[in-house]
Amino acid sequence: MAPEPPLLSMSGTTKSFPGVRALDGVDLDVLAGEVHCLLGQNGAGKSTLIKVLAGAHQPDTGTIRWRGEDVTLRSPIAAMRLGIATIYQELDLVEHLSVAENVHLGHEPTAAGFVVRGKAAKESTAALLKRLGHAEIDPGRLVGELSAAQQQIVSMARALSHDVRLIVMDEPSAALDPDEVDNLFRIVGDLTAAGVAVVYISHRLEEIRRIGDRVTVLKDGRAVANGLPAKSTPTREVVALMTGRNVEYVFPDRPDSPPAAEPVLKVQGLSRQGEFETLDLDVRPGEIVGLAGLVGSGRSEILETVYGARKPTTGQVLVDGRPLKPGSVRAAVRAGLGLAPEERKAQALLMLESVTRNVSVSSMSRFSRGGWIDRGAELGAARAATRELSLRPDNPSVPVRTLSGGNQQKAVLARWLLRGCKVLLLDEPTRGVDVGARAELYAVIRRLADEGLAVLLVSSEVPEVLGLADRVLVLREGRVVHTAPARELDEHRVLDLVMEGSPAS
Amino acid sequence: MTQPVSPPRDSSTDKVPQAQPPAWRGLLFRADVRTLSLLGVLAALILIGGITKPDEFLDTRNLQLVLTQASVIGVVTVGMTFVIVSGGIDLSVGAIVALASVWATTVATQEYGFAGILFTAVVVGVGCGLVNGVLIAYGAMVPFIATLAMLASARGLALQITDGKTQIVTVPSVLDLGERDAYVLGIPPLVMVFAVVTVIGWLVLNRTTFGRRTVAVGGNPEAARLAGIDVRRQRLYLYLLSGLCCGIAAFLLIVLSGSGQNTNGNLYELDAIAAAIIGGTLLTGGRGTITGSVLGVLIFTTITNIFALNNLQSDVQQIAKGAIIVAAVLVQRRTASTT
Repeated sequence: MAPEPPLLSMSGTTKSFPGVRALDGVDLDVLAGEVHCLLGQNGAGKSTLIKVLAGAHQPDTGTIRWRGEDVTLRSPIAAMRLGIATIYQELDLVEHLSVAENVHLGHEPTAAGFVVRGKAAKESTAALLKRLGHAEIDPGRLVGELSAAQQQIVSMARALSHDVRLIVMDEPSAALDPDEVDNLFRIVGDLTAAGVAVVYISHRLEEIRRIGDRVTVLKDGRAVANGLPAKSTPTREVVALMTGRNVEYVFPDRPDSPPAAEPVLKVQGLSRQGEFETLDLDVRPGEIVGLAGLVGSGRSEILETVYGARKPTTGQVLVDGRPLKPGSVRAAVRAGLGLAPEERKAQALLMLESVTRNVSVSSMSRFSRGGWIDRGAELGAARAATRELSLRPDNPSVPVRTLSGGNQQKAVLARWLLRGCKVLLLDEPTRGVDVGARAELYAVIRRLADEGLAVLLVSSEVPEVLGLADRVLVLREGRVVHTAPARELDEHRVLDLVMEGSPAS
Repeated sequence: MTQPVSPPRDSSTDKVPQAQPPAWRGLLFRADVRTLSLLGVLAALILIGGITKPDEFLDTRNLQLVLTQASVIGVVTVGMTFVIVSGGIDLSVGAIVALASVWATTVATQEYGFAGILFTAVVVGVGCGLVNGVLIAYGAMVPFIATLAMLASARGLALQITDGKTQIVTVPSVLDLGERDAYVLGIPPLVMVFAVVTVIGWLVLNRTTFGRRTVAVGGNPEAARLAGIDVRRQRLYLYLLSGLCCGIAAFLLIVLSGSGQNTNGNLYELDAIAAAIIGGTLLTGGRGTITGSVLGVLIFTTITNIFALNNLQSDVQQIAKGAIIVAAVLVQRRTASTT
């Protein structure tokens, strides 16, 4: 029917790994000049699909048509030659090379076939960066010295240095501030106006509304909806497709009256030079205190300093009235603090190990006598802790890396539950957790608070802080600018407080 | 337990259990495959030895010799395995063995007899391990560099002590330990020491908090730190452990050779690392087994023996060792990538 064939047309794509069918007959059509959004929970098959597109995985069955012709994407180089570029979430740049060297890696402009023409590379890189609205990035600088957002721009410049017709972006906004996201969207707009197609993956539904043309929803390795109109499909319908259920954010009820007990955690005048200043806060048993703020407001730094992973410049942290030794994680853990860090895989989990060993790692002395581990007692305790949090699968012997994001987070919580901690520090507790699994995690966190835990919560998602916390501290550039019970605040008010006086507004 | 809000069931996570058991069994199976394939290689070598030199190779004395030779490097490899599992490396093991063996065989030390020699070998080994450990754990030095420096200085010190001369052991009780009269049920005492070190090493790595911390520090040091593990102290202990193993190995070598030389333990670091790697220990840390490492040692020692019996030169042996390391890693890569 359509006079012009789609730029890319995948049909019946199947890809299996041992024990898992990651893709099960997926179809995907992408038109030139459109932003095609790929939605799905973790484990739905998005990353496998884009790896097939990038030539990094070979599909078991299925055909790929590129501009009307059957093609095989045998390798990433083959995909790149056709004009398919992929910007992965974990950026694949060489830190010790310069911006220009990274952009031209593998296709350096040369003289006499092998002498790299550094100046030409720098000039063309500068032109690309200018086109991307980031002329301030010096092509001669080392990539390792750049911020995450700038590195992403370099990654994009690299994609554009090829003759590209399709760019795949895997959660490009995850590491970006709002004004940087605006710039990203402007670039996407420029690209599509020039006829380039963009496959855009994001967890943030509002972004897809803003820039998407069509949406394909993946669930359990299948495409449950193809090419839905991105702007007019109701959010409820999209979420329902992803989760098979009608929820977006369900927050548990909070108790009517704030707990009356003495604060278990007291932070007094805590500062770290260049990160945050003279922070005071109390958390009582049974209370959830939220810190709201943008990237760069010092949220994670505050949690890590309270936990002893960073040493404060001034101030102190008290647990049950006793000051903690500054800069000592062990002192904090012994006093009853537990941290669920932002980067679960890098900072919390032993990915090669079982759930049991991940859960028991902070309380090994409880199952051991003279250093000798009673593995029966360990397994029993790990099973009890993971069951209490309804961690699935209900088998703590499985490797932790096979778990979904939400269940990995539960494994981290189970670790502290087992340890019997008094204060739980949660840094972005639902990062990388599917929309559908979030509500369950919220319920778990609230229940732990109801059972007497003090919770200090950091999240970049304002609705999450407002929905989950009892009391909210709003941060701007390392200072608390407002404190109020969560029920007295709404999203607009918090955003106003956060943005006030910042150059972006 | 009642919950404030009934958790919405996530259908995608509900499906996970169906996929889990095979993946989990696959992991177990793979671990077995690794051990079995090493045993298979060892069996094949024994077969080759038995076919090419039926009388000499399968002779009891020869088998006793192979196991005795494996003992010295085997004890070193057990310590090395712990260090590599923790994400580190110890390049100084050969030099520590040399230094411990010459310090324990000086005229002054030998005056104290059996106990003096054993004590000195162990203390020198642990002392070198302490220096390595402090530099790495508290001086934040890269293990490669700190132990490379130890390699150079310990060898230098060993040369200084001996002035390049072989120090003959004159303590009868030490020498007797290497004699056939000391064999129990045909097993040389040195081999028994190796067996005991292996069993203790296996138990410590698999059944104790020390072993768990070692794996945690190697698998993800940042996560280990944030979980409340004292990562630096653990690193210190690991290099102490490696030094202790070197001290024990030095004593075994003194018994075996009846002397102490500054050239002892030459290239032990490479043999121990190679044995651990073909045994399946990840050089990046976080995974490794004592069983695999010990099988690796036995494979290398058996090859050396077969080659020697067949009058093949040591250059051929070296080439064969290199080929085996490459083959083992390739096979492991293949079994690992099926996930």
